Amino acid sequence: MGDLDFIKVKHLHIDYDILDLDLLNKVLQEETSFQWCISCGCCTASCSAGNHTTFNVRRISLLLRRGEIESLEKELEKCMLCGKCTLVCPRDIQLRNVVMSIKKNILKYKMSSL
Amino acid sequence: MKKIAVIGGGVAGLEVSKQLLEANIPVTLIEQSSKIGGNIKNYAYLFPDFYNAEELLNSYHYLITDPNLQLLLNTEVAKIDFSKKTYNILTKDGISVPADAIVIATGYNTFDARLKEEFGYGIYENVITSVQLEQMFKNKEIKTPSGKIPERIGFIHCVGSRDAKVGNTYCSRLCCVTAIKQAIETKKFLPSAEIFCFYIDLRMYGLLFEDLYLSAQRDYNIQFVRGRLSEASEMLDKRILIKVEDTLIGKPLQMSADMIVLMVGMEASDFSKQFKYHNGLEVNEHGFFNPINPHNLRNLTSKDGIFLAGTAIGPMSVGETLDHARGTALSVLSFINAN
Ligand SMILES: Cc1cc2nc3c(=O)[nH]c(=O)nc-3n(C[C@H](O)[C@H](O)[C@H](O)COP(=O)(O)OP(=O)(O)OC[C@H]3O[C@@H](n4cnc5c(N)ncnc54)[C@H](O)[C@@H]3O)c2cc1C
Ligand code: SF4
Ligand code: SF4
Ligand code: SF4
Repeated sequence: MGDLDFIKVKHLHIDYDILDLDLLNKVLQEETSFQWCISCGCCTASCSAGNHTTFNVRRISLLLRRGEIESLEKELEKCMLCGKCTLVCPRDIQLRNVVMSIKKNILKYKMSSL
Repeated sequence: MKKIAVIGGGVAGLEVSKQLLEANIPVTLIEQSSKIGGNIKNYAYLFPDFYNAEELLNSYHYLITDPNLQLLLNTEVAKIDFSKKTYNILTKDGISVPADAIVIATGYNTFDARLKEEFGYGIYENVITSVQLEQMFKNKEIKTPSGKIPERIGFIHCVGSRDAKVGNTYCSRLCCVTAIKQAIETKKFLPSAEIFCFYIDLRMYGLLFEDLYLSAQRDYNIQFVRGRLSEASEMLDKRILIKVEDTLIGKPLQMSADMIVLMVGMEASDFSKQFKYHNGLEVNEHGFFNPINPHNLRNLTSKDGIFLAGTAIGPMSVGETLDHARGTALSVLSFINAN
């Protein structure tokens, strides 16, 4: 089957065995409530940024869970930190804290690798 | 002879009474409203087979004339005095009913949808609850308050359930299949209407429930959108604007509808909620009565002679309620025999 290995192009599927979950674990440590998201979409539906741009806060937090972190930093620039997502969340998740925690940890990571 | 009282004349209380009367045990049945039947007297047809709720209740009417039944209608139980061996049931009007064994069958309340202000119930006229829709089925007419036949209707799942913002974190279990039942029923009334269900998870836990879901798609063209309602607003023409995320596509979705139906959850009765704040009987964090355990002691409380039946312990369908109530009647019979 070795010949067919090229089909496993990165990003076409999620390979859970090689995921980098470092960032996720740091965020979970700082904002535990992120653990119990049920992907209901209320946050995205009411998100100030999401209604005017392609920003999707629920999806971004899902990408973080699946280790798809390359585009996160740029995407998160769109968040206005207004807190509406937190207001409508039925699981009482402090999503704004999650956004801030991702930003902060990406920055820390960049500083340390300078 | 032991004195047996049943509090609550819904299907649970009726079934316990029926079983005890058949065993020649006299029963005092106490109901706060002016009629027996409980919540289902306000509903039209029952899932999963569209059985007529009225027909089911009629099968209990013969009990009313049973000389062994003392039926106290319009009698709300305020509390139970547990201090003596023979318990004392105290009503709001100051009557006291002594009893050696008490079956608590006080059922459930539906969630007060006004508490979800962002959904506009009580503010926008075209936002109604699943209970109001049952009334429309009973009246055989589905119309908006302004007299319009709705062309597009949205069913909103999980209203007042699975929602930390209103303090109810549990799932009410039956509202998913109730939404499917009501969507089908609505389509039978209004074959050309477009119908959408907005859900987070579809909990088709009963054997025949998934069949009903399939039938909703296959035979009635009911559409399903995976996303929980975030906000509803009223448009100039009084129609309702629904805001959700279509989570499977990953984009915010807006839709106008002539009417939205809020699938209100089941909450503990006022009678059981009071025990959150004073002693006597155990209730769980959601305010429902706690049986000793949820397995083989599902009908018993930690107090000797105090039994539980039906949705007083949590959301159940009618069939499950009746099964539970029969188990409770058996427990009461063994209590009588042992004493
Ligand atoms: C919108 C909706 C639709 C539903 N549709 C279906 C369906 O299609 N099929 C199905 O199987 N199930 C359905 N159900 C569930 C069904 O309603 C319940 O299974 C059933 O009503 C439970 O009966 P119960 O006797 O336990 O409680 P209840 O029906 O709530 O009866 C409790 C009784 O106790 C009385 N009571 C309460 N407190 C006191 C007090 N302090 N003193 C005296 N009396 C008191 C109340 O007045 C009431 O009469 C539906 C539920 C909802 C919310
Ligand atoms: S509203 Fe809360 S539970 Fe729903 S997707 Fe957003 S963060 Fe998750
Ligand atoms: S805080 Fe950010 S993610 Fe949350 S609603 Fe506002 S813009 Fe959207
Ligand atoms: S049964 Fe369905 S609609 Fe009702 S609370 Fe559970 S998931 Fe929500």
